[in-house]
This record gives sequence, structure tokens and C-alpha cells, in this order.
Amino acid sequence: MRNTLTIAAKELQGYFVQPVAYVVLTVFLLLGGWFFFAMLRQFDEMIQIIQMMGQASELQQMNLNARVIDPLLHDLSIVLVIVMPALTMRVFAEEKRTGTYELLLTAPIRTGEVVAGKFIAAATFTLIMVAAAWIFPVILMIFGNPEVGVMFAGYLALALLALTFVAVGLFTSSLTQNQIIAAISSFGLLILLYVISWPAEAGGGTIWSILGYLSLPEHFSTMVRGVIDTKDIVFFLSAILLALFLTQRSVESARWR
Amino acid sequence: MIEVRDLTKSYGNFVAVKGISFKAESGQILGFLGPNGAGKTTTMRIITGFMPATSGTVIIDGLDIFANSLEARRLIGYLPETPPLYSDMRVDAYLRFVARLRGVRRNEVADAVAHVLEVCGLTEMAHRICGQLSKGYRQRVGLAQALIHNPPVMILDEPTIGLDPRQIHEIRELIRSFAGDRTIVLSTHILPEVSQICDRVVIINDGRIALEEQLSDIPAGTTLEEVFLAAIAREDHAADTAPEEMLEEVGAGHSEA
Repeated sequence: MRNTLTIAAKELQGYFVQPVAYVVLTVFLLLGGWFFFAMLRQFDEMIQIIQMMGQASELQQMNLNARVIDPLLHDLSIVLVIVMPALTMRVFAEEKRTGTYELLLTAPIRTGEVVAGKFIAAATFTLIMVAAAWIFPVILMIFGNPEVGVMFAGYLALALLALTFVAVGLFTSSLTQNQIIAAISSFGLLILLYVISWPAEAGGGTIWSILGYLSLPEHFSTMVRGVIDTKDIVFFLSAILLALFLTQRSVESARWR
Repeated sequence: MIEVRDLTKSYGNFVAVKGISFKAESGQILGFLGPNGAGKTTTMRIITGFMPATSGTVIIDGLDIFANSLEARRLIGYLPETPPLYSDMRVDAYLRFVARLRGVRRNEVADAVAHVLEVCGLTEMAHRICGQLSKGYRQRVGLAQALIHNPPVMILDEPTIGLDPRQIHEIRELIRSFAGDRTIVLSTHILPEVSQICDRVVIINDGRIALEEQLSDIPAGTTLEEVFLAAIAREDHAADTAPEEMLEEVGAGHSEA
């Protein structure tokens, strides 16, 4: 535990002195702001049209959560697919390239502690990033009347999704000493997990329903609609643990190859 | 203190280390000598537990580096071929980090760091960023991190490579000052270095031990260079690569000269 925290603290400081992390944070928030602005404009326009047509009942159905936050979170999740691999690509790959990997692996610490420490640091930075995007709900709460509970569930989903991306990114980074290879393969894996259910949508047997279960948007969308189901939380947590376990095996493999 | 038993390491079909055994006693400085590609770095990486041997083992103070890896690693200070520095960290922060990794108690970290900064002549450099240090200072920081937990065993892989003559002199003085009751294994291909600092020499060539001797046992009037070349020639001879041809080449060289 002590070793884990030592590594986590050092890694976390690393994020704040490196330009990559700031670029990731900036891109994420800037694009988020642009999407938010776009959704609000559309929402506003629709309300004006409905008002001109004088249909009071439809006006009742216009909902900030469904029309703004829901699509915004989906867009942010796509931005995460693109930027998270850049955040995690260096974690192991760079240590291998510069030789500090020898320092880590010859220190009297377990590989599990190394992986846990690095995950905690990357996860903390990621959660800060997701928390910063809470600015959009805050703006809505000031000028409108959205349902806070639903937004909370949506951001929880975004956080779990982002942590899954972190774990997958650590895994691909542990496989290579080339950061580009780490980033591209993690990007590929994440995209795959996004589209894995596409052939299943035609319906079919057990295999297709398993693919459906593995699909990230499946679990993400349910939570974004405000339904916090244990099933989805378990899905994300097990995905994170599986990826971290594979990372640990990959780091440990240096000891038996 | 250090016992290398019948160590073999193969990478696929290539056998880098072919069954070598040697011992280093407490308080000895052992020079590990050999041409480039002889298997020095591989052997040192196995001794420090960074990579496993294909067969054979290493015993550090009664502890097997594979079976009791964590305990054995605690006893070792290791300077790899390239000093394992994090280029965006300050020297003092880096040394604090390594101290914690190596198991120095929290309340002793500050003293340990101050001590190695002093010993390695780095006190002035404590607030510099590792990535901006000159090669000589990087090497010193590398030595400082190997010394930080006051280990009974130090493994130094080519500690003076790429330094200018004055720096080489300073680093040698440093290493000599580390000795005392420590066991030090240092690799090099600079022959005078061995005669200046070491008590004992192990020469390896092509993955095999060519010579293992106390420096005091080398007859007066014979330079280490002669001993080295003779040992390596013997090895090559033993390994049968057309000895007549080699003799002819040598002869031809002489007649031309």
C-alpha cells in the first residue's frame, strides 16, 4: 500500500508538469463547451418554433436533460475515446524507453503495486477532468431547471467509462516501449468496444447477446438516461479490474520471459 | 555475498550467457570485464532481478534472487547502463522518490537524501531538473540513487562510460569511497579502471568466463591488458574458430609492420 501511494504521488505530480495532460484537459473541455453551446442553440430554437406554433403541451415535453445533457454526455464520451489514449500512452512505454523501468522492476516492490499506483494517478487526473466538465450542468442549473439526479447518474457513467479507458490504456502501454503504438492500439480497442454490438443489432443467439453485453454504449446509455443499475456498474468495474489484471500480468511477464 | 551459479540466458536461439559462475566476497570490489556484447549487461540485469535467467541462479547474502526476490532486491543498489532518471523531476524529488521505493523509512528519507547529495557532490544541483543535467551529473545522480538505501551490495553497469577524463577520475574516487564493507560489482571495458579500483577481476568473453583472478595474483610486470588479451585469445582458441587463420592474420600484421 505504501509503495502504491509513493508511485501514485510521483505519477500524479508528473501529470501536472507535462504538457500532454494539459492538452488533453483543454481539448476535452473546449470541445465539450462547443457541443454544449450547439445543444443549447438547438434547444432554444426548438422552443421558439413550438411557441410560435402555440402548442403548450409539446412545450411541457421539452426537457433539458433529454435534449442537452444526454447528447452532450454521448459526445463527451466520444471525445474521451480520442483523448484518453494520449493521456495513458506514456505510462509504461516511456519508462521502458528511457530505462527507468529497470529502476521500478529492481526495487523491492511488487508489480501489482506499480500498476495500482499508476492507475490511481491516471484515474485521479481523469476524475478531475470529468469533474471540470460539471461546469455545464452548473450553467444549466443557474439558468434553467434540469433534474440534478439524472445529471449525476450521467456523470457517474462518464467517470466509469473514462476509468475503463484509463485501464485499457495502461494495458496497451505496458505492451510496448513505443508510445504511438500504445496509443493507436488502445484507441483501436476502445473503438472496438464501442461498435462490438453492431452485428448483434440484427438479433440472434447467445454469441450475439454476449457481444451486446460487451458493448460500452449499451451500459453507458442506460445510466445517462438516469437509471443506475447495479448490472452496469458491475460491468464497468469488472472491465477495469480485468484490464488492470492483464496489465499486471504483462508487467510481471518481464520476470518469466 | 554474491554468488552467481551456472547462469545461462538465451534470447530465442541466441545464447548471451553460457553457464557462468563466480563469487564476490563481502567488502570486495569486483571488476566485471569483457568486450562489448560479451554478456556483461545481461548478467548484471539477472543479478539485480530485472530479468530471469534461462537456467542457473544468483544468491545474494543467502537469498535467491528469484525465489526470495523481494528480500534479495532490498539488499541491492543498482546503476543500469543508462542512469534511470525521470527527466521532468528535480534531483532532490527524484532521490526522495527512490528512497521511498527502496524502503527507506519516511522520517529517514530527508537525511538519506542529504547524505547521498553530499557524498556524490550534488548538493548544489539538488534543485535542478534531472533532464537538464550534464552527462557527468546524470551519472552522479545515478550513483546517488544506487546508494540511497545504504545497500550492502552495489551493481554498477559501466559507471564511467561516456565521461571526460576528469569526471572518470571523480566517479572512480566516489566508487572507491563506497567500498568499505560493501560488495561492489562494476562492469567496464576500460582496463586501467579495473587495476585502479578493483580487488578482483572476472573477464567474460562471448558469454563464458575467460578468467577469474585476484588482482594481487597477477604477476608483476604483466599489464592487465596482456592478461585480458591472452584470456580472450585463449577463449576464442578454445571455441575453435579456425585458430591457424587467426595466427596467420597476426603474423601478416607483424610482417607488414
